[in-house]
Amino acid sequence: MERADMAANQTSLPPGAPPLLPRAEGLYCPAGDFFVDPVRPVARALITHGHGDHARAGHGAVLATPETLDIMAIRYGADFAGTRQAAGTGWTTLGDARVRFVPAGHILGSAQIVIETGGRRIVAAGDFKRGSDPTCADFEPVACDIFISEATFGLPVFRHPSPQHEIAKLLGSLSANPDRAHLVGAYALGKAQRVIRLLRDAGHDAPIYLHGAMARLCDYYVARGVTLGPLLPATGDGPRDRFAGQVILGPPASFGTPWARRFPDPVVAFASGWMGVRQRVRQRGVELPLVISDHSDWPELTATIADVAAEEIWVTHGREEALVRWCTLNGQAARPLHLVGYEDEPE
Amino acid sequence: MKAFARLLARLVTTPSRTGKLRLVRDYLATTPDPDRGYALAALTGGLDLPGVKPALLRALVAERVDEVLFRLSYDYVGDLAETIALIWDGREDSDLPLSEVVHQLGTAGKVEAARVVAGLLDRFDASSRHALIKLATGALRAGLSARLAKTALADHGGVAVDEIEEIWHGLRPPYPELFAWLDGRGPRPAAVGHAPFRPVMLATPLADKDSEMLDPSDFAAEWKWDGIRVQVVCEQGTRRIYTRTGDEISAAFPDLSEALMFEGAFDGELLVRKGDGVAPFADLQQRLNRKTVDARLAARFPAFIRAYDILVWNGEDLRPLPFRDRRDRLETAVAALGSPRVDLSPLVTFDSWTALARHRAEPPDPVIEGLMLKRWDSPYLAGRPKGAWFKWKRDPFLIDAVLMYAQRGHGKRSSYYSDYTFGVWAADGTLTPVGKAYFGFTDEELLQIDRYVRENTTDRFGPVRAVRATRDRGLVVEVAFEGLNRSTRHKSGVAMRFPRISRLRWDKPPSEADTLEGLSALLPPA
Repeated sequence: MERADMAANQTSLPPGAPPLLPRAEGLYCPAGDFFVDPVRPVARALITHGHGDHARAGHGAVLATPETLDIMAIRYGADFAGTRQAAGTGWTTLGDARVRFVPAGHILGSAQIVIETGGRRIVAAGDFKRGSDPTCADFEPVACDIFISEATFGLPVFRHPSPQHEIAKLLGSLSANPDRAHLVGAYALGKAQRVIRLLRDAGHDAPIYLHGAMARLCDYYVARGVTLGPLLPATGDGPRDRFAGQVILGPPASFGTPWARRFPDPVVAFASGWMGVRQRVRQRGVELPLVISDHSDWPELTATIADVAAEEIWVTHGREEALVRWCTLNGQAARPLHLVGYEDEPE
Repeated sequence: MKAFARLLARLVTTPSRTGKLRLVRDYLATTPDPDRGYALAALTGGLDLPGVKPALLRALVAERVDEVLFRLSYDYVGDLAETIALIWDGREDSDLPLSEVVHQLGTAGKVEAARVVAGLLDRFDASSRHALIKLATGALRAGLSARLAKTALADHGGVAVDEIEEIWHGLRPPYPELFAWLDGRGPRPAAVGHAPFRPVMLATPLADKDSEMLDPSDFAAEWKWDGIRVQVVCEQGTRRIYTRTGDEISAAFPDLSEALMFEGAFDGELLVRKGDGVAPFADLQQRLNRKTVDARLAARFPAFIRAYDILVWNGEDLRPLPFRDRRDRLETAVAALGSPRVDLSPLVTFDSWTALARHRAEPPDPVIEGLMLKRWDSPYLAGRPKGAWFKWKRDPFLIDAVLMYAQRGHGKRSSYYSDYTFGVWAADGTLTPVGKAYFGFTDEELLQIDRYVRENTTDRFGPVRAVRATRDRGLVVEVAFEGLNRSTRHKSGVAMRFPRISRLRWDKPPSEADTLEGLSALLPPA
């Protein structure tokens, strides 16, 4: 069996060589001659999802889900790569490897990339979460030999409360402070749309005001069938008090700009998994922390490792050491995969 | 417990005073007795629980969590109470009345404490766990003063906060009779025994036009010393030292408190003695904001009271008397005490405002921040009665400094660069930071500086921007401050007291700003 696979494999990789290698550009697959989420321009890139530190412009060829390709086109312009290929639900053959894109539950279009080569199956999960999210397809666990897990919230102190609970906090603050604008910081891709949708599902049907940086991505979500209700631009002239008791969504960085001065006595909120730690809340000067994350928390990370039953876990992107430690304690082979160029959850 | 935990979490993240007041008021209005009474006690530092040591909590967590995972988590979170609250794998998410939690913590002996705390941690969610740990360790750090909590209580009951201060120290948690009174169900509790705090009398700043209209012969003048204003009370064996807002600080000043042997109440300045004179404020600062003090520190920075006024003596309330009569009684009382821990604030004699202005310009001691003027006929009244007492502070020191860094503010100011670090020229020709200021300017000036910072940024470090500051280009600010001290913590070797931006000098090139050498000349002799 092993011999037959080797015969089919036309490259000259020595037996036992890792099917994927960390390189300066990103994670490289020699058998298929491609990179996963490269941080620098490369000839062939497979992209898990549209966040800026994973999806960069300037590659020769890009293979990604249709949604990720659309998002990259919105952010970088239609010519963001030499050629663009949409991944279907089936297998795509690349050199001596074949790949398949499976939902990761992170944001719209996010995918795990299943790579098979040399008789082994590797899952590069990208960023993922396990809880249900009406703005994207749910994570599907895929049994594999090597599972590459993110570890953004890879510490046992991270146990995210239910997003509904956090949205109830926001609605409670709105009714307790009807004279104050509620400025909710959220990343423009994924988090913003999810917060809007959670608000709608909790019965908040008033218009939601958007910073200009969010409008196009919200429009795109709507076009893909995610209903977001009435959205208005948080710009233009008018009396200040029209924002009193209203929700305004903007990228957190925008709160430090003159744009934020148009709002009456704002309550500054921030929707992020980091808001579970009060020291972080205080550092950022956030008044209303909302612990809403698009990443797995500690129980989700450890449950996923159990679900995929892999021979080995590679941990990347965050707090590798703790998750590797947990694997070791639980008799699971694991090691950190040191990649350069990835950020913490983008803000 | 959930409601109390929610209150603590919101208080910490709410920047504005009115916001904090609203939170506490809402909590008091919606929480039943006796829970709200225990919460009030916790917020005012009046909850007397046997403290659980952090070491015990660490031992509890070590039984449940791998030590490496705990260390990595603690490294990341940076706060022990929060790390334990977050990492504890609570099996339930139940609620308990705060009073029940206080009861369990209060009655558990040393041996049972671990079991009780672990049992409670198991029952709560992360937010309640955090509140529990803070209660159990006695380090609440809720982000509001006892005074502010009492102000919220006063708002809740529709009374003046001074009315609460006056009876406060005779009351014990969970304050049933206090809430009964505030809710209109009972009489006002009497202010008996326990050496209560009497609301203090305050002065208004003397405006230029005031002195023209006032007759010098109506006023006594005395030095305004640069310590902290306190009230010391000894009644029926109970001795207390209060700040001017009624917070009790006796425990931090046992050296002083033990020496208070009288029956009455003084108003005065808390100061530290140095040789025969008065130590600068920096020395007093070594003793402030401490829960307790060790003998070494107390001996190095001995505290004493310089008495300004007398409120009660041997059971007689002297507050209705005119200042002239109170002053006589004060001099007699201090002389009779004969204690090195209590001396008399001397009067300054003068016959005209011009003569007094000369005294103000040349005070006999560096630890004087100005003059107090008190009407001879003024009774001792709570608050800031008009026209009775005036403070006439020394002119502040002024220097021209160059803006070096700007940081965004918090709350309402979060979109403005409103916190400024400024520097003066060192001998080697570089700018050395000498202080930080975040007020003193008008709203219009704030907009101007903010625009200047955005247009002249040379570097960014998180929320901080470095601002262009060369010899020919940069923003010169006039900084006013009350005094200068030596500092080993600052590169410049100096630390300003109460610095604020007094003027923007758009007209002045940075090369003409002050030098560190010039600034250092203002230091007190070593």
